[in-house]
Amino acid sequence: MIEQILTPWRWQTLLTQWPTLLRAFLTTLEASVLALLLALVLGVIFGLMSTSHHRLPRVVARIYVEFFQNTPLMIQLFFVFFALPYVGVSLPAFACGVLCVGVYTGAYISEVVRAGIQSIPLGQFEAAHSQGFTYLQTMLLIILPQTARIILPPLVNQCVNLIKNTSVLAMIAGGDLMYVANNWATNGNASYGPAYLIIGVLYFLLCFPLSTWARRYEEKLQRQDTQRPAAGKEAAA
Amino acid sequence: MFDQLADLFTPTVLLYLLRGFAITLRVAVIAILLSILFGTILGLIRAYAPKPLRMLAGAYIEWFRNTPHLLWVMVCFIAAPLPSDWARCAMAYVLFTSAMMAEVVRGGLNAIPKGQFEAAHSQGFTLMGTLRYIILPQCFRRIVPTMLSQIITVVKDTSFMAQVAVAELLFRTKNLMSIFYNVVGRQITALDVFLLFGFAMLLYFLVNFALSCIVRYLQKRNHTGLPHR
Repeated sequence: MIEQILTPWRWQTLLTQWPTLLRAFLTTLEASVLALLLALVLGVIFGLMSTSHHRLPRVVARIYVEFFQNTPLMIQLFFVFFALPYVGVSLPAFACGVLCVGVYTGAYISEVVRAGIQSIPLGQFEAAHSQGFTYLQTMLLIILPQTARIILPPLVNQCVNLIKNTSVLAMIAGGDLMYVANNWATNGNASYGPAYLIIGVLYFLLCFPLSTWARRYEEKLQRQDTQRPAAGKEAAA
Repeated sequence: MFDQLADLFTPTVLLYLLRGFAITLRVAVIAILLSILFGTILGLIRAYAPKPLRMLAGAYIEWFRNTPHLLWVMVCFIAAPLPSDWARCAMAYVLFTSAMMAEVVRGGLNAIPKGQFEAAHSQGFTLMGTLRYIILPQCFRRIVPTMLSQIITVVKDTSFMAQVAVAELLFRTKNLMSIFYNVVGRQITALDVFLLFGFAMLLYFLVNFALSCIVRYLQKRNHTGLPHR
């Protein structure tokens, strides 16, 4: 691996194929954005359901979260890609990947949203109710905006996980970065050293700014909370 | 339905799948134990060591935290200097899980006031003694839930090995679909496929759900129990 990375001609052959790489990068990006949208929608819906007063939505949300958090993304993906065609449902690889990564991350985001909602004092709900807000209005206009401060860091961390997880597209020939690198690794030149290094750096460039921002923001919140113990409540009130 | 169950999960098939699960668990356990060890060391370096060392540990952690786990499974499978397939993959899990654990440990260490070092020093503790008897026990008590979540991730990530043909649970499940006729002696049906995947999911789910129940129990105890600072 190391000697491959230090061999100039391997880099030259790889870099002549930069359009492939660019296309793969865009595929990864596209898959990430689409899956993130799906995950956010599902996350908010199931997050709201898991804080509901009724038992049924809570149970449904619980099952969704437990199932998707406790089984591997890979097996969910393989199920959709290899098993569902037996009952006549065949999706293209890219759609499969986006769907599975989105639904999988949605389970994590719903837990983040739930924790956010539960951190808002009960009085807020009562106050909104007494002012005649409906449930949806209360959630969308009053509760969810307030949770943003707390849930942004874990949300961004989930986004980083999601970007990393789109690499499972490679398993079903989804044409993403990981897939292209695997191809380079197994074709005639076997230039896996440079290939994996390039895509490693590309993934890093996508994820590092996000995760660093999330950590800084979280540390800032912690500092504020320890300096002014009541800060969280004041900001919420 | 039940006929089909008995027909499908013959002892041969069950053993084949369960042996796969044994590989899954073996890699997971090795990776978890080693990465807790290395992660603790890395976390301590990241939190307390002099600047150049701290930055090195930071670079390692950030690099592995921000690249896909699948990438490392592929890289280690091809390039790691270990004799067997599963051991090479296990090395990948150790590499990136150590980085994850280091972040977790660092989070725990950050919450411990610096004054404790001075207090321990004034009582005649050496640095190692302070870490061993005072700092790390407090740190671990706080981070056990987060650490268990990370362990769940490791168990799930072992399924990446299916990509490099290590015969763990997921690989064997998928493989059974192609060798079905030879093993069971009839054509595969949709129900068979669903049952196979369902069985594999159930195995993963049981292990991870048990772990996540422990996480929740500990979190609740941490919140309602004695103040643990």
